[in-house]
Amino acid sequence: MTHVTATANMMHPPVPAEPGSGVYSNKLGMWVFLASDVMFFTALIGSYIILRFGITDPWAAPGAVLNVPLTAFNTFLLICSSVSMVKAYAAIADGKKYFLRAVPGKLLRDGGLKFWMLVTIICGAMFVGVQVFEYIKLVGHGFTPAGFREGSTLAEHAATDAVRYGATTSGLYGSSFFTMTGFHGFHVTCGVVSMLYLYFTKVLPEKYSAQDYRGIETIGLYWHFVDLVWIILFTIVYLI
Amino acid sequence: MTSVAHAAPAHGGAHHAPMSFWRKYIFSTDHKIIGIQFLFVSLFFLLLGGVLAMQIRWQLGFPGQPLPGGGILPESMTSGGVILPEYYIQLVTMHGTFMVFFAIMPLLMGVYANFLIPLKIGTHDMAFPRLNMWSFWLAFTAGLIMLAGFFVPDGAPRAGWTMYAPLSARPDLSGVTYGQMLWCVSIVVLGLSSVLGSVNYITTVINHRAPGMTWFRLPLSVWALFITAILAVLALPVLQGAAIMLLFDQTIGTHFFDPLAGGQALLWQHLFWFFGHPEVYILILPAMGMVSDIIANGSRKPIFGYHSMVFAIVGIAFLGWLVWGHHMFMSGMNPTLGSTFMVSTLLISVPSAIKVFNWMGTMWRGNLRFTVPMLNAVGFVSMFTIGGLSGVFMAATPVDMHIHDTQFIVAHLHYVLFGGSLFALFAAIPYWYPKMFGRMMSERIGKVHFWLTFITYNLTFFPMHILGMGGQMRRLYDPTQYDFLKPQQPLNEFISIAAFALFAVQLLFLVNFLWSLKHGKKADQNPWQDNGLEWSLPSPAPHGNWERVPTVYRGPYEFSAPEAGDSDFLPQHVKLATDKEPAGRFER
Repeated sequence: MTHVTATANMMHPPVPAEPGSGVYSNKLGMWVFLASDVMFFTALIGSYIILRFGITDPWAAPGAVLNVPLTAFNTFLLICSSVSMVKAYAAIADGKKYFLRAVPGKLLRDGGLKFWMLVTIICGAMFVGVQVFEYIKLVGHGFTPAGFREGSTLAEHAATDAVRYGATTSGLYGSSFFTMTGFHGFHVTCGVVSMLYLYFTKVLPEKYSAQDYRGIETIGLYWHFVDLVWIILFTIVYLI
Repeated sequence: MTSVAHAAPAHGGAHHAPMSFWRKYIFSTDHKIIGIQFLFVSLFFLLLGGVLAMQIRWQLGFPGQPLPGGGILPESMTSGGVILPEYYIQLVTMHGTFMVFFAIMPLLMGVYANFLIPLKIGTHDMAFPRLNMWSFWLAFTAGLIMLAGFFVPDGAPRAGWTMYAPLSARPDLSGVTYGQMLWCVSIVVLGLSSVLGSVNYITTVINHRAPGMTWFRLPLSVWALFITAILAVLALPVLQGAAIMLLFDQTIGTHFFDPLAGGQALLWQHLFWFFGHPEVYILILPAMGMVSDIIANGSRKPIFGYHSMVFAIVGIAFLGWLVWGHHMFMSGMNPTLGSTFMVSTLLISVPSAIKVFNWMGTMWRGNLRFTVPMLNAVGFVSMFTIGGLSGVFMAATPVDMHIHDTQFIVAHLHYVLFGGSLFALFAAIPYWYPKMFGRMMSERIGKVHFWLTFITYNLTFFPMHILGMGGQMRRLYDPTQYDFLKPQQPLNEFISIAAFALFAVQLLFLVNFLWSLKHGKKADQNPWQDNGLEWSLPSPAPHGNWERVPTVYRGPYEFSAPEAGDSDFLPQHVKLATDKEPAGRFER
């Protein structure tokens, strides 16, 4: 009844697999879908790299336009949600369907599937919320998909320090920033919606058990993938 | 008649509660019904694409003359019945778009991947039946969105089916606002449909094969569809990403493809063709796979070089990722890079030639049966060979400099898409028609259709090579506006007349297809005496396919095998005294 069992179960799914790959179809299908999603983000990220490094004009310095501390906090939130997803997976692998349960001799109560899934959903939803807030702030400062809006604060800054603010490349910056982070946000939203659906149809009615928790493992794969994409985006869009 | 219809499920169908019409035929999750839905919808788009092509041909053959019946078209398309240049480029754009994305691709992947994969690998349905239904309805929606382009202000997009930016990105250049946006939206939806469908096909083939159906006992059609699904899963998202960027350029003011604002027009070409070349193989590999099955059947011989056929499919699919630059030799790309793309492109002719020689080796000294599917399959091999060889010309950079963007390209792509994919479909549709509808298509009309198509098709497309070498541009509105093209105008007229005949002949196929639904000869369980698992089911195959999936004892091409005794075929599920049960535990 430790988490070691959960890791061992990852290798051998708790339900009999169809003849074939030895991995049940939902999980295999998700892996194939993620391969396709990799290609989707490759198209966006690849275009960003080509646009940014294919020109000689200066690009805005890190932190000049974007609010890095706020997004760092948001990144932390998303990583936390990945951790809680693993905790949810480990909980149900140990058969813990409950929300919280007191453990004798321990100060903190023990979280079950219902608790950790809720934490994941809340963290994911907060990530989207912070991103929407960030977008509103950026557009307010004059950073739009078309570049710096004329007469805005950012346009004024760019007029005084063209190099730091990448005055000539703001159009490309806006294009790629909003497209990449926007589609990532869309993926997170899809994940949150799917998890909410699972929460009410499967988690709360206690349909998952230590014998069958395929839905949690499958959505978990998606969730970790979306998290991974964000870490890449955060690095190449915000930090460099 | 009734006894047959009622007896069918008792033979093999899994028992299911009776379903309403809507659940059974409209929002169905049965892979066979979904395949048939795709069939009807994509045949409609095929016809529509053909109608557009006829208008293109009228303009090229008889520029400046009123289109017969052109009076019914609105002022924005024709003036006094004469096709306007703005409408002409829309015709070219939408003909390509409909044919590639809504006719050939769904006919091959939507119809036959859905219909054949579960039947041929021996399972009850796809791994994700509901996802499959979504895949169809998304494709249908995408088709409607694309069609809507004709009815919005300014009409359909005008940037060619390749949607080169910045023409496609800027309404002030193309003159079309909403049509261009609808194109992007439709492609994004269609891409999602293809990805969902392909996730399903891949998972099903890997996880749901019947006991004993090892990888190297899979029919080549399934191999081809499987590899194609992998291509689709990896290629379509790239197009989706590109279409989304293009849509944003058109709507929210991004500058991805606008050189004036620092964007790169070439970026679109790279993204489009990075998708576009694998797409070419998405459009041909399933055709190759199905033709392999039909040729082995029609030759009554095992397919020649089964393993090399499989590896050729894999090889073509792999090399297909490394060659996209050959569409861009004239784009100002670095010539050294061009040479690399030239070499990788020429390499593709090796696995392609392996396939052609294997088909010939299969037919060599076979006991040939020239049924309609076999005739069309042989037509496929010969036409694909011409199309493949003209591809070698274009792959060579120096030659391509001359023929790039001319009618030579049009000739080439129609030799592989019409002569290749469509002939394969003219083989596949009558071949699996009995398993879909329980009746045979007319053999006599089928043969007349084949020969007339074969002749008029070559009369239409072969002369285009000559036009192209003479310099006629690919999307030219009026060839007579250039003096150097005037001497070729009689050839243009000839092509147009042949094209009208070709279109008329296709009505034979349409009539045959629709008439046979009700009046065709009742089909036996195994009318072609084939070995595939689908023929162990009644015609039409019942819902759920088998009560209990069959066990497979051999590959699908055991024709004229000595063990079979008097029969010249040996189905995959028939157990001989010498056969062992496959090892392992299986769920059925």
